[in-house]
Amino acid sequence: MDKLVAQYSRPRHQDEFYSEQEQRDLTESHPSISLKFDLPPLENPSAFLRAMTDDHSNPSCPIKLAHGTTTLAFRFQGGIIVATDSRATAGNWIASQTVKKVIPVSRLSRGEDTQTDAPVPGLLGTMAGGAADCQYWLRYLSQQCTLHEIRHKRRITVAAASKILANLTYAYKNMGLSMGTMLAGMTPQEGPALYYIDSDGTRLPGNLFCVGSGQTFAYGVLDAQYRYDLTEEEALELGRRSILAAMHRDAYSGGFINLYHVKEEGWVHHGFSDMNPIFWKTKLEKGEFSNVTSEL
Amino acid sequence: MTSFGRYTSAETVGYSFSQPTSAPNKEHSFYPYTDNGGSTLGISGSDFAILAGDTRSVAGYNINSRYVPKVFKIGGDDESGDGAHILLSVVGFAADGQALKERLDAVVKMYKYQHGKPMSVRACAQRLSTILYQKRFFPYYVHAILAGLDEEGKGALYSYDPVGSYEREQCRAAGSAASLIMPFLDNQVNFKNQYIPGSGEGHALEPKKAEPLPRETVEQLVRDAFTSAVERHIEVGDGLQMMVITKSGIEEIYSPLKKD
Repeated sequence: MDKLVAQYSRPRHQDEFYSEQEQRDLTESHPSISLKFDLPPLENPSAFLRAMTDDHSNPSCPIKLAHGTTTLAFRFQGGIIVATDSRATAGNWIASQTVKKVIPVSRLSRGEDTQTDAPVPGLLGTMAGGAADCQYWLRYLSQQCTLHEIRHKRRITVAAASKILANLTYAYKNMGLSMGTMLAGMTPQEGPALYYIDSDGTRLPGNLFCVGSGQTFAYGVLDAQYRYDLTEEEALELGRRSILAAMHRDAYSGGFINLYHVKEEGWVHHGFSDMNPIFWKTKLEKGEFSNVTSEL
Repeated sequence: MTSFGRYTSAETVGYSFSQPTSAPNKEHSFYPYTDNGGSTLGISGSDFAILAGDTRSVAGYNINSRYVPKVFKIGGDDESGDGAHILLSVVGFAADGQALKERLDAVVKMYKYQHGKPMSVRACAQRLSTILYQKRFFPYYVHAILAGLDEEGKGALYSYDPVGSYEREQCRAAGSAASLIMPFLDNQVNFKNQYIPGSGEGHALEPKKAEPLPRETVEQLVRDAFTSAVERHIEVGDGLQMMVITKSGIEEIYSPLKKD
């Protein structure tokens, strides 16, 4: 009771206008990506958040966040292949079919909107789970990586970058973040390196990962045909085919196939291509997907 | 989540005549949101961008106002919004929308005073994302769309989810009638599922390429989208507020919609 009284007996003017901190945030010329978040005035903020946004346990929750994905990445002799679908869903609604789920984690000024055929130095992060969580925290990671680069005069290792992210997600454990991300990159110290990090605080190095609602379908194809000594052509095709399989069987995956190849000099983009023509090409020319009729 | 059966409470197995000894405790949870309904829509062209929204405000089945704007000018010199170069539309909980708009407006103004130049739409788009994410654990109940002209003078449109994930797009509908309007836009703006007649048979048919539409066409598409949504959605109606941003400034067009 005292607590309730205390809560409502503050002088009115205290809540009026922006707080001092907020004013500072507004007037700062370079607002930093902040680690301070507004919380609801409750004992248990994460329960509130769950009630409002978790459409898995409560399908009629008012705030539906973008979810659902298939992403994969694997190491092979020629580097790392990263492939994703492009669908975002909010409940049963397809919120977008054109999401870029591969996010360059490099210097903020580099490799964002500029289109080049030359390899772009830096890491690649993938996005599964909450779209905003991934976008925000991978951007935060970009910032940290840039600072590392300036301080140490060399690029950050994938191991170190992944640990920044894992420490972060571990600090926010059980607060309601939702992300499953892979970090891929090549550094002189490590060679090709691939890490899986999720919102539970897990951080795993590995050769091959699939993440998201369609992961099982992607694993099915990928595990069957994966070898470390794949050629570059074969590796790209395997990445594409695994995502296609997941798009076909997982309702929460679909749209476009986004393909990347991480090489020594940096990453190269291999297209953002509509799945439909690729599906029919795979079916008609290779005779796969025979469960689908081609009768018109 | 899967649940295995349910515990039967004492009340439900009691005799039909027995009264519950005490009134069942109704749990009142903290619910700070209201859905004020309505819909917004944005389309970008080669040298302009349009943002539109209906002006009805509802709470449940009550229509509380027939003129509550959902599209705002950002970074204007005064209350009227003159001199603004960015548009923001918010739909969902109007109070959160208002708060968000004022926040962004303050940020864009401060940027201008400190840097001596207007904020680019790209920068503003990123800033809006972080503003939304700042309330990740107590979200703004809004779907925002931001519009302006990019560095090359092309129309730029960014759409957001409530906690700040964003994407630059050609067109986007948000709000209660998004599911009615968005498929129409996919077909008419991005030419989804449209093919070039006679370009082939069956799977060889060539898809029609999307290209930026002229302003007159876009304006008509917006009107058609809203008049159609009004026919099939109870929360949409009363008035259509359209804002068009071009290099010569922002033009506001209001036209009435059905008021039933």
